[in-house]
Amino acid sequence: MIRLERLHLLSRADRLQPLRQFVRELAVQQGCCDENLDCMVMAINEACMNVMQHAYHGKDDGEIVIEFWKDDTELLIRIYDFADQVNLDTIKSRDLEDVRPGGLGVHIIHQVMDKVEYKNNTDSVGNVLEMRKQLNKPVKCDLPEK
Amino acid sequence: MKYPVTEHNDYSVLQLSGEIDLNESPNARKQILSVIKNNKKLLVDLSAVEYIDSSGVASLVEGFQSARAKQLEFALLGVSSSAMQVLQLARLDSVFTIYDSLDDVNS
Repeated sequence: MIRLERLHLLSRADRLQPLRQFVRELAVQQGCCDENLDCMVMAINEACMNVMQHAYHGKDDGEIVIEFWKDDTELLIRIYDFADQVNLDTIKSRDLEDVRPGGLGVHIIHQVMDKVEYKNNTDSVGNVLEMRKQLNKPVKCDLPEK
Repeated sequence: MKYPVTEHNDYSVLQLSGEIDLNESPNARKQILSVIKNNKKLLVDLSAVEYIDSSGVASLVEGFQSARAKQLEFALLGVSSSAMQVLQLARLDSVFTIYDSLDDVNS
């Protein structure tokens, strides 16, 4: 795989809109189909939002690093934070039958990406989320039609 | 940003617009709850919403629950295609009452 980009951003909510714009442009440049493009924008936004809310607990000076990798068929996105390590067993989708505010981000990420893996950083600080998406997935995508 | 509120019969119609993300959803939430606090039936118009994330959806759910606790009607209006995608992913499209247009509200 080749690395396309490495972004640094602060854990501030006002950084999400420019991030979405960046992801959209990068995915278009890499030949991503429209449907998968929406999936990636949505997943990266939700993942960074989760870092801001749950890893950094709303602190606005936390660091987030996002790496974009690509091979012939897929994009790999790695999102690093440097907050306290989380118990990976606690990261799970909630029961959608239980209608309440919040807790949808993990569910959305799993729905729209092909592969999702949470890890603790090996150097004992921080966490990593790896997400993979085919650039032009010919089979079913879980994103509902517009 | 202050979103416009108009009156339609006995409903207040709150017109959200733009990108309702983590940066904007606290503001949207505040305005949704403000209408409900005044004991008004609420239609949240999402036709001009270009993007909504799970924090924006959480604001809608909170409004829905707050209205229900006061036995007030809460519904969505003219949901844009991008907003509908997120509601469907969250399986909330069958939880909210959704009207295509104001003409459908009292019909």
